[in-house]
Amino acid sequence: MSTLALKANHITKSFHDPVTFEVLKDISFEIEKSKFYSIIGKSGCGKSTLLYILSTMDTDYQGTLELNGKVVTGQSQNELARFRNEHLGFVFQFHFLLPEFSVLKNIMLPAMRLGKYSGSEIEDRAYAKLKLVDMAEHALKPASKLSGGQQQRVAIARALINDPSIIMGDEPTGNLDQNNSRSIVDIFMKLAHENGQTIITVTHDLDIAAQSDNVIEMMDGKIISMT
Amino acid sequence: MRLFKKSVNLDIALTHLLSKKKQTFVAMMGVTFGISMFITMISFMTGVNEFMMELTLDGSPHVKIYHPIENKTVAMDSFAASARMTVLHHPKPKNELPKLKDGHIILEEISSLPEVSGALSQVSSQVFYNNGPVKFPGMVVGTDILKENELYNLTEKMIEGNITDLLTYQDGILMGLGLAKKLGASVGDRVSLTTPEGQTFFFRVMGIFAFGMGAIDDSRSYASISTVQKLLQVDPSYITDIHIKMKDYNEAKNLGVRLEESYGYKAEDWETANEAVLVGEIIRNTMTYVVSITMLIVAGFGIYNIMNMNIINKMRDIAILKATGFEGSDVSKIFLYQSMIIGCLGGILGLLLGFIFSSGINQVPFPQNDFINIDTFPVNFKPFHYTLGIVFGVVTTLFAGWFPSRKAAKVDPVEIIRG
Repeated sequence: MSTLALKANHITKSFHDPVTFEVLKDISFEIEKSKFYSIIGKSGCGKSTLLYILSTMDTDYQGTLELNGKVVTGQSQNELARFRNEHLGFVFQFHFLLPEFSVLKNIMLPAMRLGKYSGSEIEDRAYAKLKLVDMAEHALKPASKLSGGQQQRVAIARALINDPSIIMGDEPTGNLDQNNSRSIVDIFMKLAHENGQTIITVTHDLDIAAQSDNVIEMMDGKIISMT
Repeated sequence: MRLFKKSVNLDIALTHLLSKKKQTFVAMMGVTFGISMFITMISFMTGVNEFMMELTLDGSPHVKIYHPIENKTVAMDSFAASARMTVLHHPKPKNELPKLKDGHIILEEISSLPEVSGALSQVSSQVFYNNGPVKFPGMVVGTDILKENELYNLTEKMIEGNITDLLTYQDGILMGLGLAKKLGASVGDRVSLTTPEGQTFFFRVMGIFAFGMGAIDDSRSYASISTVQKLLQVDPSYITDIHIKMKDYNEAKNLGVRLEESYGYKAEDWETANEAVLVGEIIRNTMTYVVSITMLIVAGFGIYNIMNMNIINKMRDIAILKATGFEGSDVSKIFLYQSMIIGCLGGILGLLLGFIFSSGINQVPFPQNDFINIDTFPVNFKPFHYTLGIVFGVVTTLFAGWFPSRKAAKVDPVEIIRG
């Protein structure tokens, strides 16, 4: 079994509107399992674009992408959706919970989609994930009634519900204060080192980068350093 | 709970519907209103049509056999053998009576046919009814009044007097309501009739009837067959019409053709005789369907709009569902379920409301009228119409939800999430 969680081969992406602009230039790198990676770089360097390609949501690129030793480039949207459902978790900058649903239901939905566990098991697991992010007492509140930091924690719990091997974050702490962002980084560290899950997160925050196991620095569509 | 995976899309659809109760309700009302109007209109219209049909069929025979008088001349026959060229100018027809030859035998034969439920013979003639110096044209029909009652339910149509009175008094007559009014005659009065040959007779009015059709009520009266034969100065074998009622009135046309072939007299079926009524019915039916379907389509557009708005409002949710592993087809199912639920619930409610509306119309008293024997507006309650209503409703909402949900399936999550 390989220890690689992700392998990118010669990934190139261009935007064509309004003028053709190469945002990612022939990027190749590897990411190991059970590590916490940060991708940093100036605005517009292509780090978010890279993350969305790694996340399989953006399929408009050249090059190949392997996740968990499996080439995902060229798979159909439906296959990718199933893959994301089972193997990938997401945390976005703007928490993105479904406002009509309760906190608990928000977390349960991806698991209900996967259909691996029964309804009561899913509920138990969702409670366990909420405890992990310290939000169990808010389980039955509507998602729209939570503060930003709370919503972000719920979003992390949702990303964890199907025990994905890779968790990706797009500025997951970008909207949060120091305390909240520190506790979220702590959660990520715990997930990487105790649960063996791989964390890849795009961030502006150099403190977070300093705490992570590896830092990928980008500039003008290229990786300039990887430590 | 084992069905969890299958029902997750439905679960989300229901949550969406319940979180926007007002919007859901408005969309549902569109369907409800469309279908209830469809049911109401179609029940009422077909009720009226059926009533009109009954009225028409009630007062007329399914097949009528008579001897049409044609403008036939025999003058040319005399010159047929001649070698000279003959010019015949303004020929006159020969004297021909509208008599059915061997009418009694024909009647017996027809009565024994399996598809015939009843038949009778009549002697009818045009006459003038005299009211002082004023003459009104009309018909007098000599008939076996008991047999007539069997075929046309005459007892029900009597407004005054009794049909059996005709049997007790030789010169008695039953008169149509409109005609009696024109003559100013009521039961017991004597009225005078003039035949086309110029004979005048007096009759006593024994009863007044109303079929509800002006064509009959304004001109017809009944007398016994022998009285009319006496009036016309013809022998007792003289009959002019045979009326036939059938077990299945849809067979009338076929029977008519057969009878015409075998007896050589004109056999007119009710459809031909009442073409105007049938055309009216077709027009009314077409109108009803066109208006009803238009209403359902309008309701469909309402749902289409609401679902479109809904999807635009839910772009972020769609993106997040797709990011967390929901496929395009899952997303489109979520929205299709919503419009299906709106369609089904709205449709069932519409059927219920339509039933209530049409029951209401059925309770409205019909304007009191001497001619038409009916208490309230006629309304039909046919399961077929209700089935049609719900099927139309669901199909319309399915289409209305289909296009927006396809749009939802194609949402690109990256675009939405990155902003």
